[in-house]
Amino acid sequence: MSPGRSSAAPLTPPESARLGTEIRLAVEQVSYAYSANPTQAPLFTLEATSFQARPGEIVAILGPNASGKSTLMQLIAGVLSPLSGRILLNGFAIHSLSPRTRAQRIAMVQQESRLLFPARVWEFVMQGRHAHGRSLRFESHTDMQIVQDALLHVSATHLSDRLMDQISGGEKQRVILARALAQQPLLLLLDEPTLHLDIAAQVGLLDALRRLSARYRYTVIVVTHELNLAAEYADQVLLMQSGRCLRVGPPAAIYQRELLEQVFQIPLRVEMRGHGRPRVTILEDS
Amino acid sequence: MRPLTFRKLFFQCLILALILFFVVIAALKFGAVPVSLYALGRDLLRVVLRQSSQISSDYGLIIQNIRFPRILLAIIVGASLSVAGTSFQALLRNPLADPYVLGVSSGAAVGAILGLMAEPLLTLPPALGAVLTPLCAFFGAAITITAVYFLGRRQGQIESNTLLLGGVIVTSFLSSIIVFLMRIVNTSNTRGMVFWLMGDLSTSFQKSVFWFLAAGFFVAGGVIYATANDLNILLSGEKEAMHLGVDVRRVRLAVYVAASLLTGLAVSVSGAVGFVGLIVPHIMRFIFGSDHRTLLPTAALGGAIAMVIADTLARIVVAPNELPVGAVTAVVGAPLFIYLLRRRLA
Repeated sequence: MSPGRSSAAPLTPPESARLGTEIRLAVEQVSYAYSANPTQAPLFTLEATSFQARPGEIVAILGPNASGKSTLMQLIAGVLSPLSGRILLNGFAIHSLSPRTRAQRIAMVQQESRLLFPARVWEFVMQGRHAHGRSLRFESHTDMQIVQDALLHVSATHLSDRLMDQISGGEKQRVILARALAQQPLLLLLDEPTLHLDIAAQVGLLDALRRLSARYRYTVIVVTHELNLAAEYADQVLLMQSGRCLRVGPPAAIYQRELLEQVFQIPLRVEMRGHGRPRVTILEDS
Repeated sequence: MRPLTFRKLFFQCLILALILFFVVIAALKFGAVPVSLYALGRDLLRVVLRQSSQISSDYGLIIQNIRFPRILLAIIVGASLSVAGTSFQALLRNPLADPYVLGVSSGAAVGAILGLMAEPLLTLPPALGAVLTPLCAFFGAAITITAVYFLGRRQGQIESNTLLLGGVIVTSFLSSIIVFLMRIVNTSNTRGMVFWLMGDLSTSFQKSVFWFLAAGFFVAGGVIYATANDLNILLSGEKEAMHLGVDVRRVRLAVYVAASLLTGLAVSVSGAVGFVGLIVPHIMRFIFGSDHRTLLPTAALGGAIAMVIADTLARIVVAPNELPVGAVTAVVGAPLFIYLLRRRLA
């Protein structure tokens, strides 16, 4: 992250220039099975799934509840190890990295968990620097600068001295994103980042995400239920249903009425809009 | 944004160290036999000038041979319990965790009693014999925290109320074992029941044991302090900590072992003194914030201060008789526990 520059300046560059040619994340035939005890049949499986993502690319994982989205996310985060196949980040198998190295390369944005004791916003964002320093140390000037930049990027500079339990849900979500940015990752994982956010906050968050991924070439993987936000912001969409990855591709190719109706079990209409991004409308008489 | 600097930490600790110094002076002065500050100063000067032989008065003997060793013991025990409590609170994500409440102290007491019972039966070299009791207390503490940890787990998550109830039940179970052991053994070499159940600092005391305790405190405290940043992040949950680069399993193992060692060492010389590990971290958190880089050293100093005050009160409240120090800490600690519990449920 370059210190001191304003976050508002750059607009999204053209597609071809924005996405590099090298592969950053490669998910190769990855599967996962979970069973409560070894004698029982697996309770839930993720069938062999493959896709690739380049630097600066935003990939949306879509699908109904219990379709395996979160399992896939946990596998990419390295918290679970795959039953078969492998996940490579710049050529290294993710689940074999040490927790520290992993946190230097992968940042995860989840629904916030309750804090045991109140922390200030800047202290919370500073946690993102943990993997970059020795275990016991004092914050350096560089760390402070990176934290300030991260807060600036999500327009939360004014919150920095507030307590985490005294800010709104939308502000909190932005602060959690700032902490992930402070990790300076290659891969940014977001698990339903727009849940509980109002429409303006959702668009604001995703705009920030697109701007940042373009500028710092983060590869962004986002699990979401918001079909239209995914269509608007994603370069690639993974459509999942009961543990299987049905399709991978750009939104325009994936958003077909029959396919979406079959996956989400609801009648809907898909329109193609001027800039090549589809829009989904749920039909009234369902 | 005002990050913690070494300077700030140093001054915070310095202030507490000064308070500890004055508390120690007061503790030397007060007691069944009153000693004037002048006599104290004169004797202290003689010790500093290496003229200890000139201290011949009865007061000097009381100070040097009775009160001062006991104060040193209170400092080490208070600091150990307080650091152990801070660690348990962070690892279990439970602000009400404390070695006594969780039953870890009682487990250490059972271990220590078994060690004392075994010592005459085994023919050990004297060096090993002296550390057998603290060692057994450590194992007792470690086994108990493991048991309570699994009692408090539900579907892979620590559930705080279940954990506390588990601690209460384990404590009551272990207390009856202590009573049972006290009844079947010759009590002359295992101290009294009140000692193990309530905690007491009035027992006789060997210099070698003190050095062993101090060494144990600095090793275990150092291990815990090395994970201070990890503990900060663990406050927001194990999963998040994992994503932020904390090696959760390693940190958890190291801190549990170190905190059990601190509890075991403290209990082996003072019995199960309650609530110090609960109250002191809370007061320090209230004053200095919840950053473990500050909290751990300030809690250690605060624990020492609290324990010296509590033990002094135990000596003077019903003078010339004495209370067990655990009775004093419980009188202050139990109401505070109720307050914290109510506030958390609200």
